[in-house]
Amino acid sequence: MADSITLQIQRYRPEEEDEPVWQSFEVPRRDEWMVLDGLNYIKDNLDGSLSYRWACRMGVCGSCGMVVNGEPVLTCATYLSELGPGPVRIEPLKGFPVVRDLVGDIQDFIDKLASVKPWIIRDEEQPLSEGEYLQTPEELAEYKQHSMCINCMLCYSACPIYALEPDFIGPAAIALAQRYNLDSRDQGAAQRMEVLSQHEGIWCCTFVGECSVVCPKNVDPAAAIQRYKVKATAEWFKSLLMPWSKR
Amino acid sequence: MNRPEGPNSFPRADRAAVNPSYRLYHPKWYRERYPIFWWLERFAYGKFITRELTSLAVGYAAVLLMFEIWVLSEGQQAYTRFQELLVSPPVLIFHGVGLLFLLFHSVTWLNLAPKALVVHLGRKRIPDAAVLFGHYAAWLVATALVVWYLVGR
Amino acid sequence: METTFHDVLVIGGGGAGLRAAIAVAETAPELSVAVASKVYPMRSHTVAAEGGAAAVIKPNDSLDAHAYDTISGGDWMCDQDAVEAFVREAPEELLRLEHWGCPWSREADGHVAVRPFGGMKTERTWFAADKTGFHMLHTLYQTCLKYSTIKMYDEWFATRLLVDEGRCQGVVAIQLATGKIYALLAKVVILCTGGCGKVFPFTTNANIKTGDGMAMAYRAGAPLKDMEFVQYHPTGLPFTGILITEATRSEGGWLINKDGYRYLQDYDLGRPEPQPVKSSMELGPRDRLSQAFVKEMQKGRTVETPYGHVVHLDIRHVGEKIINTKLPFVRELCLKYENLDPVRELIPVRPVIHYMMGGVHTDIEGAAALPGLYAAGEVACVSINGANRLGSNSLTELLVFGARAGKAAARFAADQAEPTRDVLAQALDEERRLMKEWLEKTGGRERVATLRDEMQQAVESGAGIYRDGARLQAAADKIQELKQKVRDVSIDDRSRTFNTELVAGLELTNMLDLADAIIQSGLSRTESRGAHQRTDHPERDDERFLAHSLAHRTEDGPSRIEFVPVTVTRWPPGERVYGR
Repeated sequence: MADSITLQIQRYRPEEEDEPVWQSFEVPRRDEWMVLDGLNYIKDNLDGSLSYRWACRMGVCGSCGMVVNGEPVLTCATYLSELGPGPVRIEPLKGFPVVRDLVGDIQDFIDKLASVKPWIIRDEEQPLSEGEYLQTPEELAEYKQHSMCINCMLCYSACPIYALEPDFIGPAAIALAQRYNLDSRDQGAAQRMEVLSQHEGIWCCTFVGECSVVCPKNVDPAAAIQRYKVKATAEWFKSLLMPWSKR
Repeated sequence: MNRPEGPNSFPRADRAAVNPSYRLYHPKWYRERYPIFWWLERFAYGKFITRELTSLAVGYAAVLLMFEIWVLSEGQQAYTRFQELLVSPPVLIFHGVGLLFLLFHSVTWLNLAPKALVVHLGRKRIPDAAVLFGHYAAWLVATALVVWYLVGR
Repeated sequence: METTFHDVLVIGGGGAGLRAAIAVAETAPELSVAVASKVYPMRSHTVAAEGGAAAVIKPNDSLDAHAYDTISGGDWMCDQDAVEAFVREAPEELLRLEHWGCPWSREADGHVAVRPFGGMKTERTWFAADKTGFHMLHTLYQTCLKYSTIKMYDEWFATRLLVDEGRCQGVVAIQLATGKIYALLAKVVILCTGGCGKVFPFTTNANIKTGDGMAMAYRAGAPLKDMEFVQYHPTGLPFTGILITEATRSEGGWLINKDGYRYLQDYDLGRPEPQPVKSSMELGPRDRLSQAFVKEMQKGRTVETPYGHVVHLDIRHVGEKIINTKLPFVRELCLKYENLDPVRELIPVRPVIHYMMGGVHTDIEGAAALPGLYAAGEVACVSINGANRLGSNSLTELLVFGARAGKAAARFAADQAEPTRDVLAQALDEERRLMKEWLEKTGGRERVATLRDEMQQAVESGAGIYRDGARLQAAADKIQELKQKVRDVSIDDRSRTFNTELVAGLELTNMLDLADAIIQSGLSRTESRGAHQRTDHPERDDERFLAHSLAHRTEDGPSRIEFVPVTVTRWPPGERVYGR
């Protein structure tokens, strides 16, 4: 194997250009290096002006999502040596406006996350003196998978619907809503239904399924959405046929 | 979108902002236009579009069935003519291809069933494989019944 | 200069920051509260915590037991009134988090489960598989979204505290997306910016743990307490430094040297049993385990790898089923970053910097020495962790002291006048400084990355697990040299838009101040206690040093250290006993 590998990185400096440009860098090729190590090498030694987000470097904070060779990945969890002889193309996540270099503006995602009411909603709070809400391991397992989302937004980058219809609230937001809907302690499913069962909610989704394929934490947002579609349809029929029953 | 840049090139450290459309503290974000042929960029997208388009084959099959019933109501002669049309080579090929599309659509659709249908028996959750098996089994049984009615009886 | 105003301003959006903001929103909904963080809150380093959060909930446990374990674990440097308040409020805080949706792991009957943890004689550590910090942080963040009075300033980097009329009145912050510099004014500021592990070269900490809040407080005149106490977590992966949680040892993991021998038995930590014994052997306190590693290495009994010396963590006997239910993240990390499966192979581990026991000196309400400034979490030193923190106390600390600081700050803000006009002059000064020293400066001969490496090497050699006067002094001199050299840095990035090199440069200046405080505090404490071990003063000296070190900033030159006594209420200093 060669000693070095070329990284082709999409640069964008709004003070200097109207559109992104590609810039190539040679970095050492080390077996134990992730793509992120390559980016850090560039920033520390070659070009300090390369901007990108990263923090934990262990795949749990969700900062370092980028598109590498066409695939949305966590750069802290992708080995440079597994990407072939190079050159390796690195761009920011798709679907988000590019602020600078590899940094996208994710405020839309944050707003959409908040819009599904991702917190425990209860008709009546149990006082703390009565201890914890009992929840068996089976009840925990119901929603556990959907609670693993690290908000890395790889799913938004992989979803063609999000790129084509920017109002779509997106896989991670719906998966998070489902995480609460399926939590045995929560009683707010009806409140979330308003947001979820509109066009920009679950009905924009056509089950391309790429979101679940790229998810690094196996959250399976696609399954969360389809499952909710079944539920929302059932609720709609119920409200049609039995309008007197409490929603 | 390409300016010639060599490897390991340093930026122009002393240059101030040169883009006339940049206003201090108001950087313009870049919004990439999604390509029209986005569905060709990844194999998974192409497969998805094929799956969606083959639903037309399902629709066609339903329409064909309804048309067949209507032709029946038009009398024996009309129906015989219709049957001869059905076995003519170009129509056979067309329907053969249609059958492939139909099967592709059905298989991809059934494979997605466990994602949408989560079944609980008491407190235990039925595994995905069982749901999938159940769907295929039902399809097989239905097909067997139809075949028996049309041919075996 | 543009300003914003909120009654309460929280800097840092991790566990402590979000808990403080929620506390303000709940107890004083008429107040406006802002959370300014240099990253989006779910990226805060709380997210990487794995093992669990301790609180007394089971009938076989008692508040006194938790307090005693904490105090003895901290080698009697803990302020006992603070520890008593901490253990008392801990169960309620964790229960509250459970009510907010935190997916604590459960027993079969639905009650919250607890696991044993290092240095604790009874199991009391609540856990959410082995991603406790992740679940806690996301639960807090999502709960935060409920309150309309909490405003988030995401990716705003605070550079300086604004102080006028003897009180803190806000910060100067850069909005990273545009580069615009604002004065975020407030009646009270709560620092929740975390620790400074990146001062060291090899750490479990994320890139963002650069101690910015500690440095800002230090420069504003609030002293830093107990900075010499830095915790080495005994089990981090070599090369990356990624944390392998103490929970692996709670579930029964063994630490073995190159001969397959459980070496901890040689270091007065108990006898090796096949099942984990609480507070013994691998479940001993972190400082003793890290020190044992160094001694093993000196004896030549550690394994040499291309990434340094390691020992092995053996969890093969724990079994695949338990690993998959209780340690799934550990398995994932080993597979990904070490290319091995801990179900069948040994995990190479070595001590790695993990936590700062020291920080901004606060009282038990979270108030710093500077009026109008509060601090909670790793950035603060109350102190409940003393000379060595027990695992799983920190996540609980975030909640208990985050809530305390939030409530206290809300009470403080209710009585305060609006910020003065004079702080704006200070803010403009800061903007000018940033332009002159960083954004417009050219011709510097140094690079941020080079100086950062040199600083990290110096601190590691001077303030490692074992220290002595000569090496500490050498490191102190090197840091002074680097503080001069950093004035000769010019950055490549002249852009105002998301300039991460500017942030890196500012973080470096923060870390240099903190490195100085750490080393000077280490030099001044001529005894060995907990995580601060001096080969030239190997005994604990309660007569002179049952006291906290306070590091004050001086105009030019190293920090000035003074000592203040530790608060002892019910537990007079004794011997730390493990495994007996």
